[in-house]
Amino acid sequence: MSEILVLVEHVDGEVKKVTLELLTLARSLGTPAAVWAGPGITDDAKARLAEYGADKIYVAGADEIVDYVVAPKAELLAHLVADKSPAAVLVAATTEGKEVAGRLAVKTGSGVITDAVGLGEGFVADQSIFGGGVNVRSKVSKGTPIIAVRPNSTAPVAAAGAGTEEQVSVTLTASARAARVLERVKQEKGARPELTEAAIVVSGGRGVGSAENFSVIEGLADALGAAVGASRAATDAGWYPHQFQVGQTGKTVSPQLYIAAGISGAIQHRAGMQTAKTIVAINKDPEAPIFELADYGVVGDLHQVVPQLTEEVVKRK
Amino acid sequence: MNIVVCVKQVPDTATERKLRSDDKTLDRDAVDGVVNELDEYAVEEALKLKEAHGGEVTVLTMGPSRAAETIRKALAMGADKAVHLTDDALHGSDALSTSYAMAQVLKKIGFDLVILGSESTDARTGVLAAMLAERLDAPQLTLAKKVEVEGSQIVIERITDYGFDKVAAELPAVVSVVEKINDPRYPSFKGIMAAKKKPVQTLAIADAEIAADQVGLGAAWSEVVDFAAAPPRAAGTIVKDEGDGGSKAADFLASKKFI
Repeated sequence: MSEILVLVEHVDGEVKKVTLELLTLARSLGTPAAVWAGPGITDDAKARLAEYGADKIYVAGADEIVDYVVAPKAELLAHLVADKSPAAVLVAATTEGKEVAGRLAVKTGSGVITDAVGLGEGFVADQSIFGGGVNVRSKVSKGTPIIAVRPNSTAPVAAAGAGTEEQVSVTLTASARAARVLERVKQEKGARPELTEAAIVVSGGRGVGSAENFSVIEGLADALGAAVGASRAATDAGWYPHQFQVGQTGKTVSPQLYIAAGISGAIQHRAGMQTAKTIVAINKDPEAPIFELADYGVVGDLHQVVPQLTEEVVKRK
Repeated sequence: MNIVVCVKQVPDTATERKLRSDDKTLDRDAVDGVVNELDEYAVEEALKLKEAHGGEVTVLTMGPSRAAETIRKALAMGADKAVHLTDDALHGSDALSTSYAMAQVLKKIGFDLVILGSESTDARTGVLAAMLAERLDAPQLTLAKKVEVEGSQIVIERITDYGFDKVAAELPAVVSVVEKINDPRYPSFKGIMAAKKKPVQTLAIADAEIAADQVGLGAAWSEVVDFAAAPPRAAGTIVKDEGDGGSKAADFLASKKFI
């Protein structure tokens, strides 16, 4: 079977869950080959990639791959596309993953599909568009299919691959070295999982009422091992940092479980969470549109309901 | 500084958006058009940079004739002039074709800085700025929550999953902005009146040396196989909190094996 390149998402030497999902998906369509961009690969990381089916692991470990914005990763993948003629390239549909995909598409004269929530035979991708109102199946018609897949599109399943390591060196062009990273500023996020790849997300909205009250949302999130999100109303009010905003102008999440507390569910919010597998809503207003989406809804005051839920979750663990 | 701000007219997200059954493209006639929200932040940032460093702000849009409404809004906010790329041949262009067409215009009109919103509310691909940087061979300074220019040097703060990166480059460059970068101004009455007299140059594809076989639906690098309205979610169970709402919700989570 032909090779499918999977760009590895990694942080501090650890492979992110979305990469294991992509390897699982790639296995159903060909032979996965992981591409590690940047320094810091560990034996553990290699073992993890092999465990989830990577037949090859291409390692481009030079510092300069990550010292500049996006372009070096696109050059690395373009080099591998020319060298290995893969059947497709899969990247995670993170903001940066999509940018890599976009530049790679221009470089290789290939079509690109972003935000796939499923991928089938012939690399036909499922997408959910217009705030979840329309389901589309689309495919690349020219070049090597480049597909950005949303986290949580499939459950990662282990199935060992050979994991043969191959060092790759690329000579970056001057234009790939045009936007230089001076400094990486890490903002505290504690022990919580990352919002876009978390299996469970607990979000708070206008109904939370204040920045202090977000501790109620965080309490439930921590009991469930979930990420915390916020509606635009909550981030605009300054109750929660902007990078946690879920919705049209913020992050798009597609978790197994989404709990919306004090969020009415305007289209702008729904656009960011409508592909969640299970949705639970807690809101005082029985007419809130979020209840139209909810698999389970509680009409009530979140300040009563959420702490009780948190207590029950802790008790039943 | 010669700043070009790219704006897009998108369907109002408050209205129901549909794909056309004939060519599977967005039915733009059926909905009200508005300025893509993130592009308003781009216009504001361009105006602020002009106020600080001097120069000129040009609005660039690609779209059918009604996209002129979007140009007028950006001019009313304070941009100096506009270029409207409009041609029937462009209908159905995907991100690759759009980036090619826009890059051709940008090469023709010249720029020190190109600014756009990081994503549109209709297609939501989030790739256009990266593609423009690739095609224009210019530094990619995308997802900016802060932009600072000093001489020919530009530094931005790029949003990342862990916080942000400080990124530096030499002009000319391509910048995309995120929502929290500024508060877009409302057009003043004076601004609205002044906008009517500002020059708007209309270009067809031949005027910008855009090859007809590289744009439009026929040239698209990807295609819609089929589409359908999302089936409504099965009606859920809604309960009223009688002092046991949290406990009931926990029962539900347990039944789904989340706890």
